[in-house]
Amino acid sequence: MIFRRLSKHSYVLFTALMSSLLATTAQADYELNMTDGRHALSQQIYDLHMIVLWICVIIGIGVFGAMAYSIIYHRKSKGAKAATFHESTTIEIIWTLVPLAVLIAIAVPATATLLDLEDTSEADVNIQVTGIQWKWRYKYLDEDVEFISSLSEESRNAIPDPTGVDNYLLDVDKPIVVPVNKKIRFLFTADDVIHAWWVPELAVKQDAVPGFINDSWATIEEPGIYRGQCAELCGKDHGFMPIVVNAVSEPEYQEWLVAMRAEAAAVAAAADQEFSMDELVAKGESVYAANCSACHGPTGAGVPPVFPAITGSSVATGDIGAHIDIIMNGKTGTAMQAFKTQISDVDIAAVVTFQRNSLGNTVGDLVQPSTIKSLR
Amino acid sequence: MSTATTHDEHHDHGPASGLMRWVTTTNHKDIGTLYLWLSFIMLLTGGAMAMVIRAELFQPGLQLVEPNFFNSMTTMHGLIMVFGAIMPAFVGLANWLIPMMIGAPDMALPRMNNWSFWILPFAFTMLASTLLMEGGAPAFGWTFYAPLSTTYAPDSTDFFIFAVHLMGISSVMGAINIIATILNMRAPGMTLMKMPLFVWTWLITAYLLIAVMPVLAGAVTMMLTDRHFGTSFFDAAGGGDPVMFQHIFWFFGHPEVYIMILPAFGIISAIIPTFARKPLFGYSSMVYASASIAILSFMVWAHHMFTTGMPVAGELYFMYATILIAVPTGVKIFNWVSTMWKGSMTFETPMLWALGFVVMFTIGGFSGLMLGVAPVDTQYHDTYFVVAHFHYVLVTGALYSIIAAFYYWVPKWTGNMYDEKLGKIHFWWSTISVNLLFFPQHFIGLAGMPRRIPDYALQFAEFNMISSIGGFAFGLAQVFFLYIVVKTIKGGEKATDEVWEGATGLEFEQLPSPAPYHSFNTAPEVK
Repeated sequence: MIFRRLSKHSYVLFTALMSSLLATTAQADYELNMTDGRHALSQQIYDLHMIVLWICVIIGIGVFGAMAYSIIYHRKSKGAKAATFHESTTIEIIWTLVPLAVLIAIAVPATATLLDLEDTSEADVNIQVTGIQWKWRYKYLDEDVEFISSLSEESRNAIPDPTGVDNYLLDVDKPIVVPVNKKIRFLFTADDVIHAWWVPELAVKQDAVPGFINDSWATIEEPGIYRGQCAELCGKDHGFMPIVVNAVSEPEYQEWLVAMRAEAAAVAAAADQEFSMDELVAKGESVYAANCSACHGPTGAGVPPVFPAITGSSVATGDIGAHIDIIMNGKTGTAMQAFKTQISDVDIAAVVTFQRNSLGNTVGDLVQPSTIKSLR
Repeated sequence: MSTATTHDEHHDHGPASGLMRWVTTTNHKDIGTLYLWLSFIMLLTGGAMAMVIRAELFQPGLQLVEPNFFNSMTTMHGLIMVFGAIMPAFVGLANWLIPMMIGAPDMALPRMNNWSFWILPFAFTMLASTLLMEGGAPAFGWTFYAPLSTTYAPDSTDFFIFAVHLMGISSVMGAINIIATILNMRAPGMTLMKMPLFVWTWLITAYLLIAVMPVLAGAVTMMLTDRHFGTSFFDAAGGGDPVMFQHIFWFFGHPEVYIMILPAFGIISAIIPTFARKPLFGYSSMVYASASIAILSFMVWAHHMFTTGMPVAGELYFMYATILIAVPTGVKIFNWVSTMWKGSMTFETPMLWALGFVVMFTIGGFSGLMLGVAPVDTQYHDTYFVVAHFHYVLVTGALYSIIAAFYYWVPKWTGNMYDEKLGKIHFWWSTISVNLLFFPQHFIGLAGMPRRIPDYALQFAEFNMISSIGGFAFGLAQVFFLYIVVKTIKGGEKATDEVWEGATGLEFEQLPSPAPYHSFNTAPEVK
């Protein structure tokens, strides 16, 4: 507690100083500084950042000032004669102890902030976040809501020329929705490699490590859209797995939960329907674009040998059972994921049918969602 | 000049001629030259890769390369610059300078010296050859975090592992040689506390190398067995832990960054007193500060891992230990500034590079202090702020010191002065462009751009373009440096034996320019 009171005073001073200074220079496209996020924790972190920055600036002025003075006045061309002094134990002791004191002054508020940052107790909402190459799965632990969020179609299509695209690479198909003024605890893990979930304005950045669970928290005070992206190199499309958090009021959040459950029920019910070949191929095309094309290419050509072609492949033109198996269960030791945990029965049936009857393949058979359901 | 002999007497045991001179040489100067040329070739190779990176990042969208190749470029750029450009350059300088500075005829273990160099071209050829392999070159970053570098890595990773082993063997042999030379071959009277700081910092660096290169070898060996022999060191499914990889890697990696900066401290501590015409301020505190930095370097590794989910007690410890490094580093900066204070300064090219080092390395030190503060590091981590930080300490730090060393000692090596005007152009051209290149990266990092991404959101476009322009200009400046180097070797104004008005040390006081093939056949007297 004493830490916090001590640090509060200095925060106020430094923030006031800096915000007035930077407000004049910062513009939308030449953003110079860290976001303050406008939430209790992110602001605390921002203030700490500014304190350390200003300490560095002050030391810098001292050191570079002394250097500049020497360079200007103690130069041979001005007739400066070299002095001969070359040691002083007193001075060495002083400039060991003074920096030490400055560091302690930094460590005090830093300790307080770190303890707050790590305190994930008493959360109101618990969301499990799973990093998957290259998308995020969100599971609301007490709400029976689970979905996958990946790069929006608009951003994906704009990669060759993103001019004028809103929120390019920072937009997803399904944002996560959270209530404001509630303590939200995120639990991070991963299915394949290490990812990191980062939303700057919420001051949350935490590694998602396969086989382990890390946690972090945020209490969002203002409704709004908060954007971020993966911050740990996770393979080919590391730059293309954004995060969008939509903070809304409690009633809106409850409505969203109901809608999400209804959608999930509809998807589950669809698994028992029969579809025609055309319906499956048409649906499969969009499933393919969202889930497969990143590696196997939009035309099915792939990037052999790492990402095999779909066109003419022995899997996509061979036994349909084996084809379904590799899509549902993935292939160990490769980037091929187990999609049964990611997409619905209808989507799996559709994409299998699509791959066998499009992208240059003409096998002619199809699979119904009910078959997929029975294989789970 | 009583002990150093004249040129004529040396022709008897001068170098053999032709290609075999370089293949079979056991001479410290020849091997130093080989190391320095390898380092230059690697600098330009790694630099070309940086140009690919900056060209792709010149504007948003993917225009030039595929994301996977982009990742290979960042990976290979990092590996080549760290292991191919900076480290061999310092070993090359050590080979050239340590025997001359301590009054020895050569290195203590000349045949091992030959071997430790000649491993490297094969290691780097193997590493570079992965670019041509099916599935592409390693694309998991120079830090090669598991499981991206194990289960999910391309086949070429095995060649990378073997190349890292070879580099490690070379480094350890080089380090053993340097320690043996310094401890056994000093001239009478050259006590430890009389050694030039470059010798001191290299002695400390050599111990760091011996301590941590085997750790790196262990890490890549565990990768190899995870990939092929059914172990699960870094796989949770088999009881392992991917984060353990990071602990092992950074237990090597943090001392490694001091391996790349301690010899630089030695170089700067030689150059500033010469051109300030005043002895180095606080010699003994410089020695103690270097030793403290080296010892602390073993105790701070997990500050690279504040977001991996360490217990809070661990985070607190690593934060305190990390910011503590600012103390001995600060002592060094203050000592250099005090050396300039009330000096009689001139600003020849080596001094310009040294002053550039002090200013820009300090900027890198400031961002280092900021990164050490754990709760804020969660925001800086893995962004361009980190990229800016380590390029300020490695490019305007380590690389600047190497270039400063070249200009400072090349008259002693070749007997020719470099072209002062071209040297100054090289400095100003590099310094303006390098700041254009890396300073805006602080801003885009703080504004939220992660590192290692081939494409970015539109709000980062302007600063990325500025950074790329700076990058191209800085790259071109180093091609210009190549011209200066070749020109200096071919000829130029003859250097005096002292070379610089205020130069001290055995190499300037007791050896002619160029220095004879065998530095000291009879040990000089050191008073």
